[in-house]
Amino acid sequence: VPGWDEEVNLEKDPAVVPDPETTPVPDELRQQIEAAMARYPDRHSAVLPALHAAQQLHGWLSPEAVDEVAAVMQVTPAYLTSVATFYDMLETEPQPKGHHDVYVCTNISCSLRGADEFYEAMIAAAAEHPGIHVREFECLGACDIAPMASVDGEYVGPLEDEDAATIVDDLGAGRPVLEAKQLRYRKCAGPGVAQDASQFGPDEEHA
Amino acid sequence: MKLLFDRIDEPGLNALLVYERRGGYESLRKALGMSPNEVLTEIGDSGLRGRGGAGFRMGQKASFLPHGGMEKYLVCNADESEPGTFKDRELMQKSPHMLIEGIAIATWAAEIDHAFIYIRGEYAHQADILEGAIEEAYEAGYLGERLLDSNHSLSLVLHRGAGAYICGEETGLLDSLEGKRGNPRLKPPFPAIEGLYDRPTLINNVETLCTVPHIIRMGGNEYAKIGTETSTGTKLVSVSGDVQRPGNYEIELGVPSREIIYDLAGGPPDGHRIKFWFPGGSSAPVLTEDDLDVPYDFDSMAKAGSMLGSGAIIVVDDSHSVLEVALKVAKFYAHESCGKCVPCREGTNWTVKMLQRIESGEATPMDLDIMAGVQEQIIGHCLCVLGDAMAMPIGSMIEKFRDELEQDIEAARERFGAGELEDVIPIGVADREAGPMPVH
Repeated sequence: VPGWDEEVNLEKDPAVVPDPETTPVPDELRQQIEAAMARYPDRHSAVLPALHAAQQLHGWLSPEAVDEVAAVMQVTPAYLTSVATFYDMLETEPQPKGHHDVYVCTNISCSLRGADEFYEAMIAAAAEHPGIHVREFECLGACDIAPMASVDGEYVGPLEDEDAATIVDDLGAGRPVLEAKQLRYRKCAGPGVAQDASQFGPDEEHA
Repeated sequence: MKLLFDRIDEPGLNALLVYERRGGYESLRKALGMSPNEVLTEIGDSGLRGRGGAGFRMGQKASFLPHGGMEKYLVCNADESEPGTFKDRELMQKSPHMLIEGIAIATWAAEIDHAFIYIRGEYAHQADILEGAIEEAYEAGYLGERLLDSNHSLSLVLHRGAGAYICGEETGLLDSLEGKRGNPRLKPPFPAIEGLYDRPTLINNVETLCTVPHIIRMGGNEYAKIGTETSTGTKLVSVSGDVQRPGNYEIELGVPSREIIYDLAGGPPDGHRIKFWFPGGSSAPVLTEDDLDVPYDFDSMAKAGSMLGSGAIIVVDDSHSVLEVALKVAKFYAHESCGKCVPCREGTNWTVKMLQRIESGEATPMDLDIMAGVQEQIIGHCLCVLGDAMAMPIGSMIEKFRDELEQDIEAARERFGAGELEDVIPIGVADREAGPMPVH
């Protein structure tokens, strides 16, 4: 949490619910938050979608970003910060706008297959690129492609150390990352699970 | 026998048209022609046990909810974060309508008209697919007001988490869904009485709900013939770690574990032997090569001293040390502990520190006793089972691999020149039960 070690200014009033009149909020963000609030019986349930949206816009949950969400949702910034610091995907440390997130899973199944080495390689490959944020992550739920990583939400694996450089190159070029290793194209492990088009029966035109 | 994974890889199955063509939503139609109580009876007769980890009977859980018209909720737990588990991901990505159909039937049975899917934030691709599927289902009248002209109305909202293991715990999940930090709640009251927004709430795992349409199609009694008497049906098993073909496999409950690990997943790499394996995610006490013939079902696993959990088998072969895996497990739970209960918050952190002492050559064999004692003091002493989830595997590793850990201690002491054990231990060790070594 930024500023946790700074001295508290006791003269200052505690943060209050920001006044919507005086807190400018980008229209797009306001619409996203309001739409989220409308989906739930209780508007507080929209905290996570709202913080996700603000982070998407600002790159991280800066004090300004939190204030904007607080103004729309009419809750205190302190409440939102307490929630933001709980979750690993919500960034409370400064990150550049539009940065790329590379989450490397280093949990058991991945580390048994060399994830710790890949993590080192990934850190080294991204060292010169401030727009690529590499971090270790809890089990991402893709142990079938271990070791694996999530690059801006796209799951890729099984990874070898050389793939770290390719990830950096692909992100730089704006290409799909490691397309051949993306989880979305992976078939079920089988056996006994039909995988050939011929096994699915006659009408295949919607394939 | 394939139920959930029958045709799972058919291209386009995640689209409504293909799903319908394969008999999709027929079970919903059938269920809506029955009374809620009849549907509940079918689910009860099937003997279906929760696939998320606890293995509680779904029919029984649903029957705990108060009857009659009131605000009630169903929450589908799609926060699959137990290390080693990745079965729900495959279901949601490839057959999202099966889940929606299951939710529509379960809510009819329990007379609920608002449902949520809480999906972990990391599953972005799967969440996008589900969102598209939900939209399709609304348009086709499988969701919304008066489904298929019946008396059942249902709204379904997809909620994305933001990366916290504890949100897979049902009450932590509810707090998170209410927009708070995902701290578990004191039980009772159980969610079936006071859950989301303090209203009765039914919480079920993705795989459990995906099974419901199959139960309605086959009939509960017919479904109960699959598997064993107390563990009915098929189960998706995620096999990972040191095996040649990691992946999801659908098995009939009660097959020997060896069949899953060797015949399906190919066993450990050539030239290696299995050292130990987690039968139900990293929270499960470890089993060894000797336990490979134990049938893979809820009760046999419990009898063998472990648990079936989420159905995630993690295999560790002889090229890895117990210490290395124990440290990974402990670090994970220390990081994910929400900090609400002291035994878990402190116990997980101190276990990490004690394991690191072994690595750095500072430990003595007595540390193993202290560590085992700490695990015992965590189990059963917290609001949720996150602490237990570390204590059970770590405790079992100390118990089953004490010799290896003692060798590690000695080897590390030698490496770092920490001195002979006889020189460090002597002072009144016999009457000491716990606590740090005296400085002298």
